[in-house]
Amino acid sequence: MRRHFLGDTAVLLGRSLRHISRSPDTIITTAVMPIAFMLLFVYVFGGAIETGTDSYVNYLLPGILLITIASGISYTAFRLFLDMQGGIFERFQSMPIARSGVLWAHVLTSLVANVISLVVVVGVALVMGFRSGAGVLAWLAVAGILLLFTLALTWIAVIPGLSAKSVDGASAFSYPLVFLPFVSSAFVPTDSMPGPVRAFAEHQPVTAIVNAIRALFTEQPVGTDIWTALAWCVGILVIAYGFAIASYRRRIS
Amino acid sequence: MLTAMSIPATTSQVHGPAIQVQGLEKSFKQVTVLRGVDLAVPRGSIVALLGSNGAGKTTVVRILATLLRADTGTARVNGFDVATQAAEVRESISLTGQFAAVDEILTGRENLVLVARLRHLRQPGAIADELLRRFSLTEAGGRRVATYSGGMRRRLDIAMSLIGNPPVIFLDEPTTGLDPQARIEVWQAVKELARGGTTVLLTTQYLDEAEQLADRIAILHEGRIIVDGTLDELKKLLPAAEVEYVEKQPTLEDVFLSLVGAPKEQEQR
Repeated sequence: MRRHFLGDTAVLLGRSLRHISRSPDTIITTAVMPIAFMLLFVYVFGGAIETGTDSYVNYLLPGILLITIASGISYTAFRLFLDMQGGIFERFQSMPIARSGVLWAHVLTSLVANVISLVVVVGVALVMGFRSGAGVLAWLAVAGILLLFTLALTWIAVIPGLSAKSVDGASAFSYPLVFLPFVSSAFVPTDSMPGPVRAFAEHQPVTAIVNAIRALFTEQPVGTDIWTALAWCVGILVIAYGFAIASYRRRIS
Repeated sequence: MLTAMSIPATTSQVHGPAIQVQGLEKSFKQVTVLRGVDLAVPRGSIVALLGSNGAGKTTVVRILATLLRADTGTARVNGFDVATQAAEVRESISLTGQFAAVDEILTGRENLVLVARLRHLRQPGAIADELLRRFSLTEAGGRRVATYSGGMRRRLDIAMSLIGNPPVIFLDEPTTGLDPQARIEVWQAVKELARGGTTVLLTTQYLDEAEQLADRIAILHEGRIIVDGTLDELKKLLPAAEVEYVEKQPTLEDVFLSLVGAPKEQEQR
């Protein structure tokens, strides 16, 4: 069965990508909320926020990108949930295919969909005046961090996708993830926050990831932030993957 | 890599019954669903597993299709043990579940091509076109399944199950929720399957469906198979006095209800 893993995953990936290409609205709606936040914060609140940088959109974009991913992965849970509901999941499981290919196809589809949303959001940011002097390597590093973050959050999304009892349950889990950036350095510097909030903000994953991406965009030294960011991403990935596989096993036993 | 892996999807294996089930038990938390199911399905026959809602029909099928593990008991499909040779069982079977397991967003043809690819068959396009023709779906083949009627969906579902010619096919309540016309379409499809030598185990709560399609009928009640035989054999189970009393022969419905002990009014339609 292992011999077919790549081939089967590719066939199933083709299927999911076709789903996306036939309902591009899921990608558009994914990008709409972060773009709305970006407009709101740059043109309404931004003037009153003191970040110590000349351009607020430059300051804001890293956090907006993470919000984009957090809202994008709820569609992964949604698509997986629909497969479980409709019976096609069981059809695949009763066929002589590499069983884990079914999950991997959804995970890879999530990566593709999120990359498209991220490109759309970056495009809008450029129109709004986002500029970065970052070189190719720095951009690749940003892309790498964002991909790893997407992968980690996607595996979180797999858990409700497999175990949810309703459509709402399958996508509601992403709300806290969407709002996590608000209590981080994504919108305002953390040193403006009161003690306990600040302590939380400075020790949650979004701050480290946002700071690392921001440093890469502004050609500043990334310091230890990038290692903290990577550690968070890998840590979340490993734990989420473990729980996702466990709920998958429960589902097929 | 094992050479056994390269055999085509159609696994021609062994002698003996296509499905052999012994002492199958399954509980979900506190609820005991199966209390020792014994069943043998001869090769090339259509066997109907008949039972009320919640009798455990779907649980039996899910265990046989390697989607669920039994607590105790053994089950062999096409000669392979469902617990220890799951991969070989999956090569031998096809499952059409209670809800049409089709991809709504893809077209009918794309659904068939998808399954043919996953069964690693050559010329998936040609296989798809042939099945569309066989199930009178050629015209609808290029349309998204979301636009199909219930009967068309079921036909596509069954067509997907035939890809790779698996020797054993499970149909779990294939006509539940279909209108009479669509039911007849599905019945014709199932009969055609059996003509080709495929073993079919179908579950149903419709007595006329079992009567129409099945060579043998097994009645699942309270977690056990309480009767297993041909329609004629089942009819003989009723006492002769009853035959004299009523004008016509007892229908399968009478047999079923008297065996199961349900009040008549509930099942009459």
